[in-house]
Amino acid sequence: MSLALKVENLSTHFFTKQGVVKAVNDVSFELARGSVLGLVGESGSGKSMTGYSIMGLIDPPGKVVGGRILLGDTDLRTLGAEAMRAVRGSRVAMIFQDPMMTLNPVLRIDTQMIEAIRAHENVSREAALERARAALAQVGIASPDERLKCYPHQFSGGMRQRVAIATAILNKPDLIIADEPTTALDVTIQGQILYEMQKLARDAGTALIWITHDLSVVAGLADHVCVMYAGRVVESGSVAQVLDAPRHPYTRGLIASVPGSNPRGRPLAQIPGMTPSLLNLAPGCPFRERCAHADAACVAEPGMEMTADGHAARCFHPHRAAPDAGPSGAAT
Amino acid sequence: MLVFILRRLLQSVVVLFVMSLLVFAGVYAVGNPIDILISPDATQADRAEAVARLGLDKPMYLQYLLFLKQALAGNLGKSFAFNIPAIDLIFERMPATLELAVFAMGTAVLVGLPLGLYAGLKPKSFGARAIMAGSILGFSLPTFWVGLMLIMIFAVFAGVLPSNGRGPTTLLLGLPVSFLSVEGLRHLILPGFTLALLNIALIIRLARSGTQEALMMDYIKFARAKGLSNARIVGVHVLKNIMIPIVTVIALQFGSVIAFSVVTETIFAWPGMGKLLIDSINVLDRPVIVAYLMIIVTLFIFVNLAVDLLYSVLDPRVRLTDAQS
Amino acid sequence: MTPAEQTPLARFVEEFTESRLAVAGAVVLLAVLVIALTAPWISPQNPYDLAQLDVLDAKLAPGSPLGNGKTALLGTDDQGRDMLSGIFYGLRISLFVGVAATALALLIGATAGMIAAWLGGRVDNLLMRIADIQLSFPPILIALVLLALLGQGLGKIITALVAVQWAYYARTVRGAALVERRREYIEAAQVLALPASRIVFRHLLPNCMPPLIVIATVQVASAITLEATLSFLGLGLPITEPSLGLLIANGFNFLLSGKYWISFFPGIALLLMIVSINLVGDHLRDVLNPRLKK
Repeated sequence: MSLALKVENLSTHFFTKQGVVKAVNDVSFELARGSVLGLVGESGSGKSMTGYSIMGLIDPPGKVVGGRILLGDTDLRTLGAEAMRAVRGSRVAMIFQDPMMTLNPVLRIDTQMIEAIRAHENVSREAALERARAALAQVGIASPDERLKCYPHQFSGGMRQRVAIATAILNKPDLIIADEPTTALDVTIQGQILYEMQKLARDAGTALIWITHDLSVVAGLADHVCVMYAGRVVESGSVAQVLDAPRHPYTRGLIASVPGSNPRGRPLAQIPGMTPSLLNLAPGCPFRERCAHADAACVAEPGMEMTADGHAARCFHPHRAAPDAGPSGAAT
Repeated sequence: MLVFILRRLLQSVVVLFVMSLLVFAGVYAVGNPIDILISPDATQADRAEAVARLGLDKPMYLQYLLFLKQALAGNLGKSFAFNIPAIDLIFERMPATLELAVFAMGTAVLVGLPLGLYAGLKPKSFGARAIMAGSILGFSLPTFWVGLMLIMIFAVFAGVLPSNGRGPTTLLLGLPVSFLSVEGLRHLILPGFTLALLNIALIIRLARSGTQEALMMDYIKFARAKGLSNARIVGVHVLKNIMIPIVTVIALQFGSVIAFSVVTETIFAWPGMGKLLIDSINVLDRPVIVAYLMIIVTLFIFVNLAVDLLYSVLDPRVRLTDAQS
Repeated sequence: MTPAEQTPLARFVEEFTESRLAVAGAVVLLAVLVIALTAPWISPQNPYDLAQLDVLDAKLAPGSPLGNGKTALLGTDDQGRDMLSGIFYGLRISLFVGVAATALALLIGATAGMIAAWLGGRVDNLLMRIADIQLSFPPILIALVLLALLGQGLGKIITALVAVQWAYYARTVRGAALVERRREYIEAAQVLALPASRIVFRHLLPNCMPPLIVIATVQVASAITLEATLSFLGLGLPITEPSLGLLIANGFNFLLSGKYWISFFPGIALLLMIVSINLVGDHLRDVLNPRLKK
């Protein structure tokens, strides 16, 4: 199998007192070994929840209610709690958004890294320490020996995130899920970390899912992109396909609203309206309230419409021409 | 770090002086020092001699200095009832009180911590709710009533545990302790538990809220993502985080435990400082009261100092910020 | 009624009654209050009128008949006093002492806290230092020492209780007042050149009240417990006005010989009073806490 991960029809629902929230709704994608997938969407689109669902970290009132998560040959959903625990941190690793809170403030760095190794393998403390040192060096942390003895609050945000990344690669996982790891960091640090991650993916053949709301990050880093909206994947394809020739009106809106692509002096393009509440979502396409192309057909649930070269969009009216017509149809 | 210690030491000394002033004022200025310091059945000649020795006829500030000088030399007067230096009397009784206090605190942690952890991990379970309800009772019940009830149940009705006194003692590091023998332990259980109950309730509540807070933190999610076992997450990550407030509270409550031992020792006829104080109050053995006061105040000041130091040791974030200041 | 149509009082009552435990506590508390207020009229016997006591009635088990024809529902003590009557009177005294001490401590402490917050600077520093030092010592010790110096009596025990509590109120009020002081309505009052005392007492104080009410409620229980403990140790109220603590102390001597009721029932009464106050106070705090509002 050359696929690191294959997610089929994944659904995660939250059963709250006010109703059922379909946070992840029939999501499917694939990831080849060593490739990078960008999972893009705004807050509430379900992208982080998808990551947690794969890791098996969904807590009540949430529950993964359907689909398959194939890591290599194993369907993660069929694993019991102990088996899943063994997979977490060794075959799949996750990096979180806020580096300030990811590390336990009262434990030393070496403690927190060594335990990640010893939870899965029976190695001596010295051997584990050595591997931790090597991992820190690999992510570009100078004088790792001293750093290992430090506490998290002695590090800057960027360094903490590097420690998190180092921890993630300790057991040489097949897949790393990174949930907006650079959102909380400076742009310059962001660039460095992106570069490190890319190198890691290439060199070790680790597949990477990069969850973000920032299209520019995806442009530089990913091989493939999935755009999520209201819990569904609305567009997927290679980076070139999705970013240069977006087919779904939402993607087109996202790209157009990036200030850099706007001619000077013109008002900034916006997607009108607001993200719908996931509670009691109306049937049909979730984007139709805000879409200029919506018509009577859109009250039905659209399926993924795939082109021959693997560029799919969940829309009844996916765009086929070049993107200079703009999402609202206004001529430039 | 050194600067911090020195600064706190200095503060403690200042507080000590203030307290000595207050005690002095209470005894010499408010009360009638002659009654307080001279035994009521002394003869006229003895009285005159004592007045001269204690400088009671001198101006106030000189009296205070004399009082201080004697206090620093360890002379806090002689007990009327026992006719030995009050300070010796108190030191003689101190090990018993300390043993009781340490036993009570230890019990409080050993019982309260696991119960509180459980209540925090499974807050909606029946067990957790029962534990929390129990903790409210633990707060509300007056210490003396708990002691009485324990005596009633275990000593009178069931007859399995002794209702008063301390068991046989052996020497440990030069101090007489009683927990090393079974008989000694039997005597220690009821008073120890009585004293511990309030703190058990306190620790349960602290452990529970601390656990609930910790479990919501990102670093717990990260620990789970690393594939750590539940045992390790709770036993290391959660526990280390909740220990800081718990240890602080334990240290702070230690003083309170010593104070409440007054009640417990009276009920169980435990031969400690507390019982000595009550007995002395009842027979108006005032030098002992004064000596107890001064010693307790000193003890408290050092307990508070130790708490501050302990806090900076336990929380690595505090350690460094203080070093930088 | 929708929440918007309810009066604040109705809303408060609705929220308060959500906790059955707190309601139970409130009911018990109400019963205690009624008993305390009407004790002289509803007690089968006046336990402090020596003429009514018969030493032949001493140490009777619960339910035994008394010499004068009535039944001692909860037994009698070593002097022949009916326990039930003793408890009724005891509740009255304990409650009175607790409430009086708390009210007085609240008054003194709140005033001190206000002054500290308003004047700031050295006065604030000094007052708070004193409060801090006092707060670092266990209340029971302070009370013990004060009573050892002052002697026994109702006034003296209230003094001791007040001395123990005031620092807590002072600190709380000062904290709240410092926050409120910065608000615009105080600035406005100052601009209007209202006298300081008026600003402090008519404007500042009422806005610092809500947390105080909750604290005071729970502190009454605390004061009652402390008084009971002191009386138990023989340092509290004199034998002529026995509170529940003294009753319990009295019965302690007979516990070992199996005559448990002399201590047990007053203890239960004390317990019910304290627990009910705590339950009500606890829930009151949750209901009045704006941060917990849904």
